[in-house]
Amino acid sequence: MIAELGHAALWMAAALAVLQLVAGALGIRDGEREGIAILSRPAAILQGALAAFAFAALLWVFAITDLSVKLVAANSHSMKPMIFKLSGAWGNHEGSMLLWVTVMALAGALIAAVERRLPERTMQATLAAQGFVALGFYAFLLLSSNPFERLPIPAAEGQGLNPLLQDIGLAFHPPTLYFGYVGLSVAFSFAVGAMLTRAVTPDFARAMRPWVLGAWVLLTLGITAGSYWAYYELGWGGWWFWDPVENASLMPWLAATALLHSVSVLASRDALRVWTIMLGVIAFSMSMLGTFLVRSGVLTSVHAFAVDPERGSFILALLAIYIGGALLLFALRANSISEGERFSVASREGALVFNNVMLSAILAVVLLGTLYPLLTEAFDVRVSVGPPYFNPVSAIFALPMLAVMAVGPLLRWRRDSFGRISKELALIAAIIVAGLIFFALFEGVAILPLLGLALAIALGVASFLPLRGRNLRRLPVSVWGMVMAHFGIAVALFGMASESAFSNEKLAALEVGQSTQVGPWEVTLDGIEPVAGPNWTAIEGRMLASYKGGEPSEIAPQSRNFWAPPQQTTESVLLTRWNGQLYAVMGSEADDGRWQLRLWWKPFVTLIWYGGVLMALGGVLAIIGRVRRDLKRRSIRRKIEVRRADMEELR
Amino acid sequence: MNWRVWLPLMLFALFLGVAAYQLTQPKDDVVTSGMIGQELPYFELPPAHSENPGVTTADLRDGKPRLLNIWASWCLPCIAEAPQLEALKEQGAEIVGIAIRDDPEDVAQFLARHGNPYTRIGRDDLSEVQLGIGSSGVPETFVIDGNGVITYQHIGDIRADDVPVLLEKLREAGA
Repeated sequence: MIAELGHAALWMAAALAVLQLVAGALGIRDGEREGIAILSRPAAILQGALAAFAFAALLWVFAITDLSVKLVAANSHSMKPMIFKLSGAWGNHEGSMLLWVTVMALAGALIAAVERRLPERTMQATLAAQGFVALGFYAFLLLSSNPFERLPIPAAEGQGLNPLLQDIGLAFHPPTLYFGYVGLSVAFSFAVGAMLTRAVTPDFARAMRPWVLGAWVLLTLGITAGSYWAYYELGWGGWWFWDPVENASLMPWLAATALLHSVSVLASRDALRVWTIMLGVIAFSMSMLGTFLVRSGVLTSVHAFAVDPERGSFILALLAIYIGGALLLFALRANSISEGERFSVASREGALVFNNVMLSAILAVVLLGTLYPLLTEAFDVRVSVGPPYFNPVSAIFALPMLAVMAVGPLLRWRRDSFGRISKELALIAAIIVAGLIFFALFEGVAILPLLGLALAIALGVASFLPLRGRNLRRLPVSVWGMVMAHFGIAVALFGMASESAFSNEKLAALEVGQSTQVGPWEVTLDGIEPVAGPNWTAIEGRMLASYKGGEPSEIAPQSRNFWAPPQQTTESVLLTRWNGQLYAVMGSEADDGRWQLRLWWKPFVTLIWYGGVLMALGGVLAIIGRVRRDLKRRSIRRKIEVRRADMEELR
Repeated sequence: MNWRVWLPLMLFALFLGVAAYQLTQPKDDVVTSGMIGQELPYFELPPAHSENPGVTTADLRDGKPRLLNIWASWCLPCIAEAPQLEALKEQGAEIVGIAIRDDPEDVAQFLARHGNPYTRIGRDDLSEVQLGIGSSGVPETFVIDGNGVITYQHIGDIRADDVPVLLEKLREAGA
């Protein structure tokens, strides 16, 4: 019954999306608030409520493990812990699509309920675009992947969840990315609405900004968490593999980062209008493209969980309609959107434009590398593009970008000269040179990590320079956000460079009682124990690890065997010190009774993820600052109106 | 009129065309190289790893059929196929490796981490041999009969199902 109610709610929500589209289209044509167009906002709000109901219904059938629902039978198991039963609801194709469309509908409802700055026509056009995009996903769900489909005969037991996915981090990782993608879909709808009604204004940028910021924060967190998951779960010791699925999440992030900066320029300076619109379209294209690459199976990936060419065709069709349509609209309208305010090269805008171009170039590099196998396969040539391409080629653009990033926030808007900030420039240059010399003294540091280390320190210092000479207590929260996000990049960069410059690796075969050295650590194999969990058994290696001869800590990496479905995974152990991590992986038994261990000592590797979290926190601060300022502005406007009304009455 | 605003749409159309074409193509791994049935081209590769000798054409013409595995330490599917290569070795296949555009240090690390099933590993820094034998990517595995003739090509990583197929092809090549 609950499943049928959920299914019905989905159909009704889809019908409301149609209404939203029609109402918006009529609103654009007639340009009035009369008639059906006035229904745009209520339709969007109701659609959000219905989609949320449908998703709640799905959570419910998973919570009670209703095995007459096909999706539950295929993806859940009565023995699974409750949290993984619930996360199982979105840990599959149908459920994740429902989650996507739910969040999208809720976002639409939110803008319908609170956004009052834009002209009503632009709002209707935006909601129409939002309804149109949602409609595609409703069609996808209802026509080809109904999550509420019943089995003719209920299954006796569910078929479990991929044990590699039975992990708390992974339960929340895809939804985080999805929410980010959806934020970009809102930005996309705003961009389309503004193009349709030719209203590319600072007000439009201010309405769009919180969504871009929110999406950026979630994407940053999603990528950070995903990278950490791959790092400790796959047991390969690496934290980024340039895998198509990773690239699929990185590309929208790069576009969102560029968009975030260009939308700020548009909001405060009324410049970069066309560029902002373009990036708004690109950012969402990249998230849909990512979904397509992951789900369609056109590229081989270590992450491909739910591959299906038929679904791929569906997503490709959606991609063609939305992105093709938006790009066509862009081509038709771009010439009629004027560029806005002018600025000189040596200005804050100039630096932002430079970095936006660099970000776009990196995006193009990653996109090309990811799609290249697809392209060459069309000519029957199969290739695999790996780090030897991605690392150096993206660094060509990333290094100048990081250098400009250190300087940009020091420049004034519109027009400035480098002479005014010559002291700061000299300081940054001196730190880079000193860093290069210092780190070059260490043995065997390659050129890219070396540059990375020096730039990271310079950028770390430079990110605080915009605070100099300002009253810290009266500084807008959003400036603190910028400082923190930029500092986060410096921190993450230091972690990446240090990991690749100073890591130590050891593969050892030990008998119980023997020990081995890796970096400053001495690791002793103390014993081998079989252990059992709720749905797995494992071989656990008990080890003592001592840092520079100090007090030993006990660590116990496992090699686990799941039985539903049968699969072997490694549970690596990470021992964190302030200056790095010991990474231990349990291997199998060799013929001579010794046990294989893989050990790494990775100095400062944790900074990669701390940096990511700092960036996201910076983004959160920026959102708080912007929204607070908006609310203040709104209340002032209201007060003025009240006073004006009072004056009228007095007369 | 500014033609550049049409550029994104045109690039996107190109992508759509390629992606649509790819989606309609059946996923097959049996695109045969034009080199099948032909003799190996002449080559002499230096060793890529201190514990294994390099590879020359003469090494592959001594009457014993072998597997020739094209791989690289930077290639992810190669990690996935490492256990299958071990399995092939355990079942008596002799495997000769060619490391493509690789660095000896990375090769050593890869072998330490994922096992070394190879009797010889040649170092092909410019993909010359790879191109010469009709391989277009990593990983790929060729069956070479005792006279240095390529008899079979497996494209992509070796899955568990492919192990018996490759052993059968080796047996055929030996007959």
